[in-house]
Amino acid sequence: MLTEAWQLSGSVSLRPERFGALAYDFRTRRLSFLKTPTLVDVVRRLGDSPTVLDALTGAGVDASQQAAYVRALSGLATSGLLVPQHPSPSAPVSVPAASQEGP
Amino acid sequence: MTTTIQPLERPKVGRLVDEFEYGLDAPICLTWELTYACNLACVHCLSSSGRRDPRELTTAEAKALIDEFERMQIFYVNIGGGEPTIRPDFWELLDYAVEHHVGVKFSTNGFRITKERAERLAATDYVDVQISLDGATAEVNDAVRGAGTYDAAMRAMTHLQAAGMQDFKISVVCTRHNIDQLDDFKAIADRFGAQLRLTRLRPSGRGADVWGELRPLPEQQRQLYDWLVAHGEGVLTGDSFFHLSAFGEALPGLNLCGAGRVVCLVDPVGDVYACPFAIHDTFLAGNIRDLGFDRVWKESPLFLELRSPQTGGACTKCSAYDSCRGGCMAAKFFTGLPLDGPDPECVKGNGDIPLAGVAAGTRPSPSQDHSHTGPVHNQPIPLTLMPTRLTSRPDRSCDEDPLVGFAGAGAGRETADRG
Repeated sequence: MLTEAWQLSGSVSLRPERFGALAYDFRTRRLSFLKTPTLVDVVRRLGDSPTVLDALTGAGVDASQQAAYVRALSGLATSGLLVPQHPSPSAPVSVPAASQEGP
Repeated sequence: MTTTIQPLERPKVGRLVDEFEYGLDAPICLTWELTYACNLACVHCLSSSGRRDPRELTTAEAKALIDEFERMQIFYVNIGGGEPTIRPDFWELLDYAVEHHVGVKFSTNGFRITKERAERLAATDYVDVQISLDGATAEVNDAVRGAGTYDAAMRAMTHLQAAGMQDFKISVVCTRHNIDQLDDFKAIADRFGAQLRLTRLRPSGRGADVWGELRPLPEQQRQLYDWLVAHGEGVLTGDSFFHLSAFGEALPGLNLCGAGRVVCLVDPVGDVYACPFAIHDTFLAGNIRDLGFDRVWKESPLFLELRSPQTGGACTKCSAYDSCRGGCMAAKFFTGLPLDGPDPECVKGNGDIPLAGVAAGTRPSPSQDHSHTGPVHNQPIPLTLMPTRLTSRPDRSCDEDPLVGFAGAGAGRETADRG
Protein backbone atom coordinates (compact mmCIF):
# COMPACT_ATOMS: atom_id res chain seq x y z
CA MET A 1 0.00 0.00 0.00
CA LEU A 2 2.93 2.32 0.77
CA THR A 3 3.63 3.08 -2.86
CA GLU A 4 -0.01 3.43 -3.87
CA ALA A 5 -2.11 6.58 -4.17
CA TRP A 6 -5.23 6.72 -1.99
CA GLN A 7 -7.71 9.37 -0.87
CA LEU A 8 -10.65 9.89 1.45
CA SER A 9 -13.89 8.83 -0.23
CA GLY A 10 -16.07 11.72 -1.37
CA SER A 11 -19.01 10.34 0.62
CA VAL A 12 -17.11 10.51 3.93
CA SER A 13 -17.15 13.38 6.43
CA LEU A 14 -14.69 13.76 9.28
CA ARG A 15 -15.55 15.33 12.63
CA PRO A 16 -12.45 16.27 14.63
CA GLU A 17 -12.38 14.91 18.19
CA ARG A 18 -9.87 15.02 21.02
CA PHE A 19 -8.89 11.41 20.38
CA GLY A 20 -8.77 11.79 16.59
CA ALA A 21 -11.93 11.97 14.51
CA LEU A 22 -15.27 10.41 13.77
CA ALA A 23 -15.64 9.39 10.17
CA TYR A 24 -19.09 8.90 8.70
CA ASP A 25 -19.74 7.44 5.30
CA PHE A 26 -23.06 8.72 3.98
CA ARG A 27 -23.10 6.05 1.30
CA THR A 28 -22.70 3.01 3.53
CA ARG A 29 -24.13 4.80 6.61
CA ARG A 30 -21.23 3.49 8.64
CA LEU A 31 -19.51 5.35 11.42
CA SER A 32 -15.84 4.68 12.12
CA PHE A 33 -13.33 6.06 14.56
CA LEU A 34 -9.93 7.38 13.60
CA LYS A 35 -8.22 6.69 16.87
CA THR A 36 -5.29 9.13 16.82
CA PRO A 37 -4.84 12.74 15.65
CA THR A 38 -1.87 11.61 13.58
CA LEU A 39 -4.03 9.10 11.71
CA VAL A 40 -6.47 11.93 10.96
CA ASP A 41 -3.59 14.04 9.66
CA VAL A 42 -2.41 11.17 7.45
CA VAL A 43 -5.91 10.58 6.09
CA ARG A 44 -6.37 14.26 5.30
CA ARG A 45 -3.02 14.36 3.48
CA LEU A 46 -3.65 11.27 1.34
CA GLY A 47 -5.55 13.02 -1.43
CA ASP A 48 -2.75 15.49 -2.09
CA SER A 49 0.02 12.93 -1.81
CA PRO A 50 1.31 10.86 -4.71
CA THR A 51 1.81 7.87 -2.39
CA VAL A 52 0.75 6.72 1.06
CA LEU A 53 4.39 6.94 2.10
CA ASP A 54 4.44 10.65 1.26
CA ALA A 55 1.38 11.23 3.42
CA LEU A 56 2.93 9.29 6.31
CA THR A 57 6.19 11.21 6.04
CA GLY A 58 4.35 14.52 5.77
CA ALA A 59 2.43 13.74 8.96
CA GLY A 60 5.68 12.92 10.77
CA VAL A 61 5.11 9.18 11.12
CA ASP A 62 8.50 7.59 11.61
CA ALA A 63 9.60 4.37 9.99
CA SER A 64 9.02 2.24 13.09
CA GLN A 65 5.32 3.14 13.11
CA GLN A 66 4.69 2.81 9.39
CA ALA A 67 3.46 -0.77 9.52
CA ALA A 68 0.86 0.05 12.19
CA TYR A 69 -0.42 3.00 10.19
CA VAL A 70 -0.59 0.97 7.00
CA ARG A 71 -2.67 -1.62 8.86
CA ALA A 72 -5.06 1.10 10.03
CA LEU A 73 -5.28 2.62 6.54
CA SER A 74 -5.90 -0.81 5.01
CA GLY A 75 -8.78 -1.26 7.44
CA LEU A 76 -10.25 2.06 6.37
CA ALA A 77 -9.84 1.07 2.73
CA THR A 78 -11.61 -2.24 3.31
CA SER A 79 -14.60 -0.47 4.80
CA GLY A 80 -14.66 1.93 1.87
CA LEU A 81 -13.62 5.11 3.70
CA LEU A 82 -10.51 5.34 1.57
CA VAL A 83 -10.58 4.85 -2.18
CA PRO A 84 -7.76 4.63 -4.72
CA GLN A 85 -6.91 7.90 -6.43
CA HIS A 86 -6.91 5.81 -9.59
CA PRO A 87 -8.91 2.60 -9.44
CA SER A 88 -6.62 -0.34 -8.78
CA PRO A 89 -7.40 -4.01 -9.43
CA SER A 90 -5.95 -5.22 -6.14
CA ALA A 91 -8.19 -4.59 -3.16
CA PRO A 92 -6.41 -4.50 0.20
CA VAL A 93 -7.47 -6.96 2.85
CA SER A 94 -7.32 -6.14 6.52
CA VAL A 95 -9.26 -5.81 9.74
CA PRO A 96 -11.99 -3.16 9.50
CA ALA A 97 -11.83 -0.16 11.80
CA ALA A 98 -14.11 -0.15 14.83
CA SER A 99 -17.57 0.95 13.92
CA GLN A 100 -20.85 1.54 15.59
CA GLU A 101 -24.45 2.25 14.86
CA GLY A 102 -26.75 3.97 17.24
CA PRO A 103 -29.55 2.80 19.41
CA MET B 1 -22.18 33.38 28.41
CA THR B 2 -20.79 31.58 31.40
CA THR B 3 -22.02 28.65 33.33
CA THR B 4 -21.43 27.75 36.93
CA ILE B 5 -20.51 24.15 36.25
CA GLN B 6 -17.38 23.53 34.26
CA PRO B 7 -16.56 20.25 32.59
CA LEU B 8 -14.04 18.21 34.52
CA GLU B 9 -10.45 18.49 33.56
CA ARG B 10 -9.76 15.38 31.57
CA PRO B 11 -6.79 13.13 31.73
CA LYS B 12 -4.59 12.71 28.66
CA VAL B 13 -6.33 10.97 25.79
CA GLY B 14 -6.72 7.34 26.72
CA ARG B 15 -8.68 4.36 25.49
CA LEU B 16 -11.55 5.27 23.19
CA VAL B 17 -14.10 3.92 25.64
CA ASP B 18 -12.71 6.17 28.40
CA GLU B 19 -12.81 9.09 26.03
CA PHE B 20 -16.50 8.42 25.38
CA GLU B 21 -17.26 8.16 29.07
CA TYR B 22 -16.04 11.74 29.45
CA GLY B 23 -18.42 12.77 26.67
CA LEU B 24 -17.89 14.43 23.30
CA ASP B 25 -18.65 17.98 22.13
CA ALA B 26 -21.55 16.62 20.09
CA PRO B 27 -23.42 13.34 20.31
CA ILE B 28 -22.43 10.43 18.10
CA CYS B 29 -25.94 9.17 18.10
CA LEU B 30 -28.91 11.43 18.54
CA THR B 31 -32.50 10.27 18.62
CA TRP B 32 -35.20 12.77 17.78
CA GLU B 33 -38.73 11.73 18.56
CA LEU B 34 -40.62 13.94 16.15
CA THR B 35 -44.09 13.42 17.53
CA TYR B 36 -45.90 11.58 20.29
CA ALA B 37 -48.75 10.96 17.87
CA CYS B 38 -49.11 7.36 16.76
CA ASN B 39 -51.63 5.32 14.83
CA LEU B 40 -50.76 2.31 16.98
CA ALA B 41 -50.74 1.51 20.68
CA CYS B 42 -47.89 -0.98 21.10
CA VAL B 43 -47.92 -2.44 24.59
CA HIS B 44 -44.21 -1.79 25.18
CA CYS B 45 -43.90 1.74 23.70
CA LEU B 46 -40.87 3.30 25.37
CA SER B 47 -42.18 6.83 24.86
CA SER B 48 -45.80 6.09 25.90
CA SER B 49 -46.91 7.52 22.57
CA GLY B 50 -50.39 7.89 21.15
CA ARG B 51 -51.62 11.47 21.28
CA ARG B 52 -49.91 14.45 19.71
CA ASP B 53 -48.56 16.97 22.21
CA PRO B 54 -49.97 20.43 21.42
CA ARG B 55 -46.61 21.98 22.31
CA GLU B 56 -44.85 20.03 19.54
CA LEU B 57 -42.01 21.90 17.78
CA THR B 58 -43.18 23.90 14.79
CA THR B 59 -41.78 23.31 11.31
CA ALA B 60 -39.60 26.41 11.68
CA GLU B 61 -38.28 25.26 15.07
CA ALA B 62 -37.58 21.80 13.69
CA LYS B 63 -35.64 23.28 10.78
CA ALA B 64 -33.63 25.52 13.12
CA LEU B 65 -32.76 22.41 15.12
CA ILE B 66 -31.55 20.67 11.95
CA ASP B 67 -29.38 23.75 11.25
CA GLU B 68 -27.87 23.33 14.68
CA PHE B 69 -27.21 19.63 14.05
CA GLU B 70 -25.40 20.60 10.86
CA ARG B 71 -23.25 23.16 12.68
CA MET B 72 -22.34 20.56 15.31
CA GLN B 73 -21.49 18.03 12.58
CA ILE B 74 -23.99 15.51 13.83
CA PHE B 75 -23.80 13.26 10.80
CA TYR B 76 -27.16 11.63 11.18
CA VAL B 77 -30.12 11.55 13.49
CA ASN B 78 -32.41 8.69 14.37
CA ILE B 79 -35.93 9.97 13.95
CA GLY B 80 -38.74 8.22 15.74
CA GLY B 81 -41.88 8.95 17.66
CA GLY B 82 -44.67 8.09 17.95
CA GLU B 83 -44.99 7.42 14.27
CA PRO B 84 -42.93 10.20 12.67
CA THR B 85 -44.63 10.00 9.27
CA ILE B 86 -47.83 11.22 10.91
CA ARG B 87 -46.41 14.73 11.14
CA PRO B 88 -47.75 16.56 8.09
CA ASP B 89 -44.33 18.17 7.54
CA PHE B 90 -42.40 14.90 7.95
CA TRP B 91 -41.30 14.62 4.31
CA GLU B 92 -40.48 18.32 4.18
CA LEU B 93 -38.24 17.98 7.26
CA LEU B 94 -36.63 14.88 5.79
CA ASP B 95 -35.73 16.79 2.63
CA TYR B 96 -34.50 19.72 4.68
CA ALA B 97 -32.20 17.51 6.74
CA VAL B 98 -30.74 15.88 3.64
CA GLU B 99 -30.15 19.30 2.02
CA HIS B 100 -28.27 20.29 5.17
CA HIS B 101 -26.05 17.19 5.23
CA VAL B 102 -27.76 15.64 8.20
CA GLY B 103 -28.48 12.01 7.40
CA VAL B 104 -31.71 10.55 8.70
CA LYS B 105 -32.58 7.09 9.82
CA PHE B 106 -36.21 6.98 10.71
CA SER B 107 -38.23 4.32 12.47
CA THR B 108 -41.70 3.54 11.25
CA ASN B 109 -44.39 0.92 11.60
CA GLY B 110 -44.59 0.96 7.79
CA PHE B 111 -48.27 1.81 7.40
CA ARG B 112 -47.43 4.92 5.38
CA ILE B 113 -44.56 3.56 3.31
CA THR B 114 -46.31 3.36 -0.03
CA LYS B 115 -44.73 2.33 -3.29
CA GLU B 116 -44.20 6.00 -4.22
CA ARG B 117 -42.65 6.89 -0.84
CA ALA B 118 -40.38 3.87 -1.03
CA GLU B 119 -39.10 4.99 -4.41
CA ARG B 120 -38.36 8.44 -3.06
CA LEU B 121 -36.56 7.00 -0.05
CA ALA B 122 -34.45 4.70 -2.18
CA ALA B 123 -33.30 7.66 -4.27
CA THR B 124 -31.02 9.19 -1.64
CA ASP B 125 -28.06 7.79 0.30
CA TYR B 126 -28.77 10.14 3.15
CA VAL B 127 -31.92 8.37 4.28
CA ASP B 128 -32.24 5.03 5.98
CA VAL B 129 -35.45 3.37 7.07
CA GLN B 130 -36.08 1.13 10.01
CA ILE B 131 -39.21 -0.97 10.05
CA SER B 132 -40.39 -2.13 13.47
CA LEU B 133 -41.25 -5.81 13.71
CA ASP B 134 -41.54 -7.60 17.03
CA GLY B 135 -42.47 -11.05 15.83
CA ALA B 136 -41.36 -13.16 12.89
CA THR B 137 -44.97 -14.29 12.65
CA ALA B 138 -48.14 -12.21 12.71
CA GLU B 139 -49.25 -14.06 15.81
CA VAL B 140 -46.26 -12.99 17.90
CA ASN B 141 -45.90 -9.53 16.35
CA ASP B 142 -49.52 -8.43 16.46
CA ALA B 143 -49.96 -9.43 20.08
CA VAL B 144 -47.49 -6.68 20.96
CA ARG B 145 -47.94 -4.15 18.15
CA GLY B 146 -51.58 -4.55 17.19
CA ALA B 147 -53.78 -6.25 14.62
CA GLY B 148 -52.59 -5.91 11.04
CA THR B 149 -49.17 -4.51 11.96
CA TYR B 150 -47.26 -7.56 10.73
CA ASP B 151 -48.89 -7.31 7.32
CA ALA B 152 -48.26 -3.56 7.18
CA ALA B 153 -44.57 -4.06 7.93
CA MET B 154 -44.30 -6.77 5.27
CA ARG B 155 -46.03 -4.53 2.73
CA ALA B 156 -43.64 -1.66 3.49
CA MET B 157 -40.63 -3.94 3.16
CA THR B 158 -41.91 -5.27 -0.15
CA HIS B 159 -42.18 -1.68 -1.43
CA LEU B 160 -38.71 -0.80 -0.19
CA GLN B 161 -37.16 -3.86 -1.77
CA ALA B 162 -38.96 -3.26 -5.06
CA ALA B 163 -37.71 0.33 -5.05
CA GLY B 164 -34.14 -0.92 -4.73
CA MET B 165 -33.56 0.29 -1.15
CA GLN B 166 -30.47 -1.52 0.09
CA ASP B 167 -29.77 -2.54 3.66
CA PHE B 168 -32.76 -0.89 5.26
CA LYS B 169 -33.22 -2.05 8.83
CA ILE B 170 -35.69 -4.40 10.43
CA SER B 171 -35.81 -3.46 14.09
CA VAL B 172 -36.85 -6.06 16.61
CA VAL B 173 -37.37 -5.58 20.33
CA CYS B 174 -36.36 -8.90 21.89
CA THR B 175 -39.05 -10.49 24.05
CA ARG B 176 -39.78 -13.78 25.71
CA HIS B 177 -41.98 -14.68 22.74
CA ASN B 178 -39.61 -13.92 19.89
CA ILE B 179 -36.22 -15.12 21.15
CA ASP B 180 -36.95 -18.48 19.53
CA GLN B 181 -37.55 -16.65 16.23
CA LEU B 182 -34.12 -15.06 15.81
CA ASP B 183 -33.23 -17.28 12.85
CA ASP B 184 -36.61 -16.52 11.30
CA PHE B 185 -36.04 -12.76 11.67
CA LYS B 186 -32.65 -13.17 10.01
CA ALA B 187 -34.28 -15.09 7.17
CA ILE B 188 -36.85 -12.31 6.71
CA ALA B 189 -34.09 -9.69 6.64
CA ASP B 190 -32.10 -11.71 4.11
CA ARG B 191 -35.17 -12.19 1.97
CA PHE B 192 -35.73 -8.41 1.76
CA GLY B 193 -32.06 -7.47 1.39
CA ALA B 194 -32.40 -5.77 4.75
CA GLN B 195 -30.25 -5.72 7.85
CA LEU B 196 -31.51 -7.12 11.12
CA ARG B 197 -31.33 -4.98 14.23
CA LEU B 198 -32.12 -6.41 17.64
CA THR B 199 -32.65 -4.24 20.68
CA ARG B 200 -33.35 -4.76 24.32
CA LEU B 201 -36.81 -4.45 25.84
CA ARG B 202 -36.53 -1.71 28.43
CA PRO B 203 -38.96 -1.05 31.23
CA SER B 204 -39.43 2.49 29.86
CA GLY B 205 -42.73 4.17 29.05
CA ARG B 206 -45.51 1.60 28.70
CA GLY B 207 -42.72 -0.96 28.63
CA ALA B 208 -42.72 -0.73 32.42
CA ASP B 209 -46.21 -2.25 32.50
CA VAL B 210 -45.30 -5.34 30.47
CA TRP B 211 -41.60 -5.75 31.19
CA GLY B 212 -42.16 -8.49 33.76
CA GLU B 213 -44.19 -10.54 31.30
CA LEU B 214 -42.31 -9.84 28.08
CA ARG B 215 -38.66 -9.69 29.07
CA PRO B 216 -36.60 -12.70 28.00
CA LEU B 217 -36.23 -15.42 30.62
CA PRO B 218 -32.76 -15.92 32.11
CA GLU B 219 -31.99 -18.94 29.88
CA GLN B 220 -33.19 -16.92 26.88
CA GLN B 221 -30.66 -14.20 27.72
CA ARG B 222 -27.94 -16.79 27.23
CA GLN B 223 -29.58 -17.98 24.02
CA LEU B 224 -29.68 -14.40 22.76
CA TYR B 225 -26.05 -13.79 23.72
CA ASP B 226 -24.86 -16.94 21.95
CA TRP B 227 -26.84 -15.99 18.87
CA LEU B 228 -25.38 -12.47 18.85
CA VAL B 229 -21.84 -13.80 19.25
CA ALA B 230 -22.41 -16.24 16.38
CA HIS B 231 -23.68 -13.47 14.09
CA GLY B 232 -21.11 -10.79 15.01
CA GLU B 233 -21.25 -7.47 13.21
CA GLY B 234 -23.74 -8.82 10.68
CA VAL B 235 -26.54 -8.03 13.10
CA LEU B 236 -26.96 -4.55 14.58
CA THR B 237 -27.84 -4.01 18.22
CA GLY B 238 -27.45 -0.29 18.86
CA ASP B 239 -25.15 -1.36 21.69
CA SER B 240 -28.29 -2.60 23.43
CA PHE B 241 -26.94 -5.70 25.03
CA PHE B 242 -23.70 -4.73 26.67
CA HIS B 243 -25.05 -6.11 29.94
CA LEU B 244 -24.88 -9.56 28.26
CA SER B 245 -21.15 -9.17 27.66
CA ALA B 246 -20.73 -10.43 31.22
CA PHE B 247 -21.40 -13.91 29.81
CA GLY B 248 -17.94 -13.87 28.25
CA GLU B 249 -16.56 -12.32 25.12
CA ALA B 250 -17.68 -8.71 24.54
CA LEU B 251 -20.32 -8.11 21.88
CA PRO B 252 -19.52 -5.80 18.94
CA GLY B 253 -20.01 -2.13 19.78
CA LEU B 254 -18.81 0.32 22.38
CA ASN B 255 -20.12 -1.63 25.36
CA LEU B 256 -20.80 1.33 27.54
CA CYS B 257 -23.75 3.43 28.61
CA GLY B 258 -23.61 6.41 26.28
CA ALA B 259 -26.38 8.38 28.02
CA GLY B 260 -25.54 12.08 28.04
CA ARG B 261 -22.01 11.21 26.92
CA VAL B 262 -22.33 10.22 23.28
CA VAL B 263 -26.09 9.66 23.08
CA CYS B 264 -29.18 11.70 23.83
CA LEU B 265 -32.82 12.16 22.94
CA VAL B 266 -34.71 15.24 21.78
CA ASP B 267 -38.42 14.78 22.33
CA PRO B 268 -41.28 16.29 20.29
CA VAL B 269 -41.55 19.39 22.48
CA GLY B 270 -37.78 20.04 22.46
CA ASP B 271 -36.93 18.48 25.80
CA VAL B 272 -33.49 16.87 25.81
CA TYR B 273 -33.12 13.62 27.75
CA ALA B 274 -30.00 11.60 28.46
CA CYS B 275 -31.08 8.68 26.29
CA PRO B 276 -34.08 7.41 24.31
CA PHE B 277 -35.01 5.03 27.10
CA ALA B 278 -34.96 7.64 29.85
CA ILE B 279 -37.91 9.91 29.17
CA HIS B 280 -38.36 11.02 32.76
CA ASP B 281 -37.81 14.28 34.64
CA THR B 282 -34.83 12.71 36.41
CA PHE B 283 -32.96 12.55 33.11
CA LEU B 284 -34.19 15.82 31.60
CA ALA B 285 -31.22 18.02 30.71
CA GLY B 286 -33.07 21.06 29.38
CA ASN B 287 -35.16 22.32 26.49
CA ILE B 288 -33.88 23.53 23.13
CA ARG B 289 -36.44 26.36 23.15
CA ASP B 290 -34.71 27.88 26.17
CA LEU B 291 -31.05 27.35 25.38
CA GLY B 292 -30.62 25.77 21.98
CA PHE B 293 -29.47 22.19 21.63
CA ASP B 294 -25.74 22.91 21.60
CA ARG B 295 -25.80 24.56 25.02
CA VAL B 296 -28.02 21.93 26.57
CA TRP B 297 -25.65 19.25 25.32
CA LYS B 298 -22.50 21.01 26.48
CA GLU B 299 -23.62 22.71 29.66
CA SER B 300 -26.47 20.90 31.33
CA PRO B 301 -25.53 19.97 34.90
CA LEU B 302 -27.13 16.54 34.41
CA PHE B 303 -24.96 15.73 31.40
CA LEU B 304 -21.82 17.05 33.07
CA GLU B 305 -22.58 14.78 35.99
CA LEU B 306 -23.10 11.78 33.72
CA ARG B 307 -19.71 12.52 32.15
CA SER B 308 -17.93 12.56 35.47
CA PRO B 309 -16.39 9.34 36.77
CA GLN B 310 -19.04 6.93 38.06
CA THR B 311 -18.42 4.72 41.04
CA GLY B 312 -20.16 1.56 39.87
CA GLY B 313 -21.07 0.83 43.49
CA ALA B 314 -21.34 -2.82 44.46
CA CYS B 315 -20.75 -3.87 40.85
CA THR B 316 -17.09 -2.86 40.93
CA LYS B 317 -16.43 -5.92 43.11
CA CYS B 318 -17.74 -8.20 40.37
CA SER B 319 -15.33 -9.89 37.97
CA ALA B 320 -17.58 -8.99 35.02
CA TYR B 321 -17.75 -5.25 35.72
CA ASP B 322 -15.25 -4.37 33.01
CA SER B 323 -17.49 -6.12 30.48
CA CYS B 324 -20.94 -4.95 31.46
CA ARG B 325 -20.10 -1.64 33.19
CA GLY B 326 -23.04 -2.18 35.49
CA GLY B 327 -25.60 -2.34 32.69
CA CYS B 328 -28.35 0.01 31.62
CA MET B 329 -29.17 3.14 33.62
CA ALA B 330 -32.75 3.32 32.36
CA ALA B 331 -33.44 -0.34 33.13
CA LYS B 332 -32.29 0.19 36.70
CA PHE B 333 -34.15 3.42 37.18
CA PHE B 334 -37.53 2.28 35.92
CA THR B 335 -37.42 -0.92 37.94
CA GLY B 336 -36.69 1.06 41.08
CA LEU B 337 -33.07 -0.04 41.45
CA PRO B 338 -30.20 2.25 42.48
CA LEU B 339 -28.17 3.49 39.52
CA ASP B 340 -24.88 2.41 41.04
CA GLY B 341 -25.97 -1.19 41.52
CA PRO B 342 -26.54 -4.13 39.19
CA ASP B 343 -28.77 -4.14 36.14
CA PRO B 344 -32.14 -5.84 36.80
CA GLU B 345 -31.18 -8.37 34.13
CA CYS B 346 -27.61 -8.87 35.37
CA VAL B 347 -26.54 -12.20 33.90
CA LYS B 348 -24.78 -13.12 37.14
CA GLY B 349 -28.14 -12.87 38.86
CA ASN B 350 -26.99 -9.96 41.00
CA GLY B 351 -30.07 -7.97 40.07
CA ASP B 352 -32.53 -10.53 41.39
CA ILE B 353 -32.25 -9.83 45.10
CA PRO B 354 -32.32 -6.03 44.83
CA LEU B 355 -35.24 -6.30 42.42
CA ALA B 356 -37.13 -8.56 44.79
CA GLY B 357 -36.49 -6.00 47.50
CA VAL B 358 -38.08 -3.10 45.63
CA ALA B 359 -41.16 -2.42 47.65
CA ALA B 360 -44.46 -2.27 45.81
CA GLY B 361 -45.26 1.30 44.92
CA THR B 362 -41.70 2.56 44.99
CA ARG B 363 -40.91 2.29 41.33
CA PRO B 364 -40.70 5.73 39.70
CA SER B 365 -44.00 6.86 38.28
CA PRO B 366 -43.94 8.19 34.71
CA SER B 367 -43.36 11.93 34.27
CA GLN B 368 -45.62 11.99 31.24
CA ASP B 369 -47.95 9.79 29.24
CA HIS B 370 -49.25 10.44 25.72
CA SER B 371 -51.01 7.09 25.44
CA HIS B 372 -54.34 7.01 23.66
CA THR B 373 -57.13 7.37 26.16
CA GLY B 374 -59.80 5.62 24.10
CA PRO B 375 -59.87 2.51 21.97
CA VAL B 376 -57.42 2.33 19.07
CA HIS B 377 -58.24 0.83 15.70
CA ASN B 378 -55.55 -1.87 15.76
CA GLN B 379 -55.16 -2.20 19.49
CA PRO B 380 -52.98 -5.16 20.53
CA ILE B 381 -54.81 -8.04 22.15
CA PRO B 382 -52.06 -9.65 24.15
CA LEU B 383 -54.12 -12.18 26.08
CA THR B 384 -53.49 -15.09 23.75
CA LEU B 385 -49.73 -14.97 24.18
CA MET B 386 -49.05 -13.33 27.45
CA PRO B 387 -49.94 -14.74 30.79
CA THR B 388 -52.08 -12.50 32.90
CA ARG B 389 -50.52 -10.40 35.60
CA LEU B 390 -51.92 -12.64 38.28
CA THR B 391 -50.01 -15.66 37.11
CA SER B 392 -46.86 -13.91 36.00
CA ARG B 393 -46.26 -11.80 39.04
CA PRO B 394 -45.92 -14.19 41.92
CA ASP B 395 -46.20 -12.85 45.39
CA ARG B 396 -44.47 -15.68 47.19
CA SER B 397 -40.73 -16.09 47.20
CA CYS B 398 -40.94 -19.78 46.34
CA ASP B 399 -42.52 -19.02 42.97
CA GLU B 400 -40.47 -19.48 39.81
CA ASP B 401 -39.79 -15.86 39.01
CA PRO B 402 -37.21 -14.07 41.15
CA LEU B 403 -39.03 -10.80 40.65
CA VAL B 404 -41.16 -11.29 43.68
CA GLY B 405 -42.91 -8.18 44.82
CA PHE B 406 -42.16 -6.44 41.56
CA ALA B 407 -45.83 -5.82 40.82
CA GLY B 408 -47.40 -2.49 41.40
CA ALA B 409 -46.57 0.97 40.18
CA GLY B 410 -47.19 3.96 42.33
CA ALA B 411 -45.84 7.17 43.71
CA GLY B 412 -42.28 7.48 42.57
CA ARG B 413 -38.86 8.09 43.87
CA GLU B 414 -37.97 11.70 43.25
CA THR B 415 -34.32 11.27 42.53
CA ALA B 416 -31.99 8.46 41.76
CA ASP B 417 -28.69 7.42 43.20
CA ARG B 418 -25.99 8.05 40.71
CA GLY B 419 -22.95 7.04 42.70
